Amino acid sequence: MEYIVIIISAVFVNNIVLMKFLGICPFIGVSNKVETAAGMSGAVMFVMTLATIVTYLIQTFILDALGISFMQTITFILVIASLVQLVEIILKKVSPGLFQALGIFLPLITTNCAILGVAILTIQNDYNLLEGVVFAAASALGFGLALIIFSSIREQLDLIDVPKAMKGVPIAFIVAGLLAMAFMGFTGIV
Amino acid sequence: MLIALVVITFGASTALGFVYQFTKEPIAAAKLAKKMDAIVRVTPEFNNEPNTEEYKMPIEGDTLYFYPARMDGELVGTAVQSFTKQGFSGLIKIMVGILPDGTINEVAVLEHKETPGLGDKMERKKSDWAAQFQNKHPDNFNMTVKKDGGDVDAITASTITSRAFCEAILRAYNAYKEGGHQ
Amino acid sequence: MNQIKNFTKGFVQENPVFVLFLGLCPVLGTTTSAINGLGMGLATTFVLTMSNIVVSLIKNFIPDKVRIPAFIVIIASFVTIVELTMQAFVPTLFDALGLFIPLIVVNCLVLGRSEAFASKNPIWTSLVDGFGMGLGFSLALTMLGGVREILGSGSIFGFKFIHGDGMILFVLAPGAFIVLGYLIMLMQKLKSKSA
Repeated sequence: MEYIVIIISAVFVNNIVLMKFLGICPFIGVSNKVETAAGMSGAVMFVMTLATIVTYLIQTFILDALGISFMQTITFILVIASLVQLVEIILKKVSPGLFQALGIFLPLITTNCAILGVAILTIQNDYNLLEGVVFAAASALGFGLALIIFSSIREQLDLIDVPKAMKGVPIAFIVAGLLAMAFMGFTGIV
Repeated sequence: MLIALVVITFGASTALGFVYQFTKEPIAAAKLAKKMDAIVRVTPEFNNEPNTEEYKMPIEGDTLYFYPARMDGELVGTAVQSFTKQGFSGLIKIMVGILPDGTINEVAVLEHKETPGLGDKMERKKSDWAAQFQNKHPDNFNMTVKKDGGDVDAITASTITSRAFCEAILRAYNAYKEGGHQ
Repeated sequence: MNQIKNFTKGFVQENPVFVLFLGLCPVLGTTTSAINGLGMGLATTFVLTMSNIVVSLIKNFIPDKVRIPAFIVIIASFVTIVELTMQAFVPTLFDALGLFIPLIVVNCLVLGRSEAFASKNPIWTSLVDGFGMGLGFSLALTMLGGVREILGSGSIFGFKFIHGDGMILFVLAPGAFIVLGYLIMLMQKLKSKSA
């Protein structure tokens, strides 16, 4: 039951992009087309879940055990950077098609604040390993949901007449604001 | 190649260890000041050191902390650090001042991530909402929101936060009733 | 490059937030008030300036293949220094900025400047670049925080000038997006006029 709460909360109520503001850079940068949005979301889900597992283990068995939790930022980001490198290498060998499709997005995932953010949040929210995995996967789902909805809207926006000064990023943000408002409607389900 | 990276990481870690040692005391002092500030706010006047008389009670996997406040050796109130995980954005930590007879003296918020402008009204500096808990005794004041049949006026549009707040107060009170020292 | 120009380019022409669209996560998350925005901006400026200096200092010793991880370690160290220092000396601001302080390490602005500028320029130039960009960033954050605070809480820098609440929406998530959208639009309008 607890897990349902975590999932609904991460996907809707506390959507990491629209409510917690994590992952904005790719949100704006990658969301012009639904295809790329979907690809990015998949990659993020994979890296996010994996990263949360590894960082959780490191926090519990190394940082907390040795009392050096001030090293959290450095170790976490290094883990994430290495994981992304690893994923790149494996993907190149195992599925070159997918690797090509993701292209530049893969290295960009390292600087996706959502990954580091979710890793830190898992520790802050005091989740155990299983709860952490569920949280990470659900957060990535929420990220994907927001990204895909947003990119579909943006594809439509490109086709209509937007005032010149609003074109591109400004109107995207206004739309994101409206989307965030819509998501606020989910508060109160849990 | 790897050596360069190791050297840099080693240098960084050393520098950090140094800064950590340097800031350890001020950080601890800041945390203590925050706690003491809350204790002073929720209990009647005292002249002992509540922090040195801290005792704990394990509750549902977590811990509540008790700080007795005494005036000239006699107990005038106990500050109980309580919590709730049912806040709208998760964990809320509060300090409840309980008089020896169980009456709630005052409540102060320690930590929360509630929505600014809505749930954060439980903070005294944002609104007087929490004043309704002053001098109420859970035996004759139903410590739940009116929506749930209780006596507490919830914050407008922040029932979840209000409900969680009440839960935290009740947690403190029940623990105090069971194991509060005199 | 003329150092004055180097310094001021971060304010308008190449403002990280309004023009380059770098480092947006904290922009939305920490601008619920002017002071929070300013605090975040200054913390980021510190990290940006210091890491630009260090990267420029040791750029000849970092093998090309490991340069990104090396930059990350350097940046992460300064972020941790800022974290610890803030926790010790300005705990209220630290609590308000919360998660976004460690997130400075993935601020694309900081990594971006290390990669695009500090690794290819002398120390003094990198310092000025970092500082200028950081100040431009802080300016944007303070502006955004200010607008949101005025509209949403009826106060500025904590100074309340109305009774009761403002339009709360502006200190919540949607407000952040909307105000930023309008501010960027204003910026684009300004730039196209002077172009």
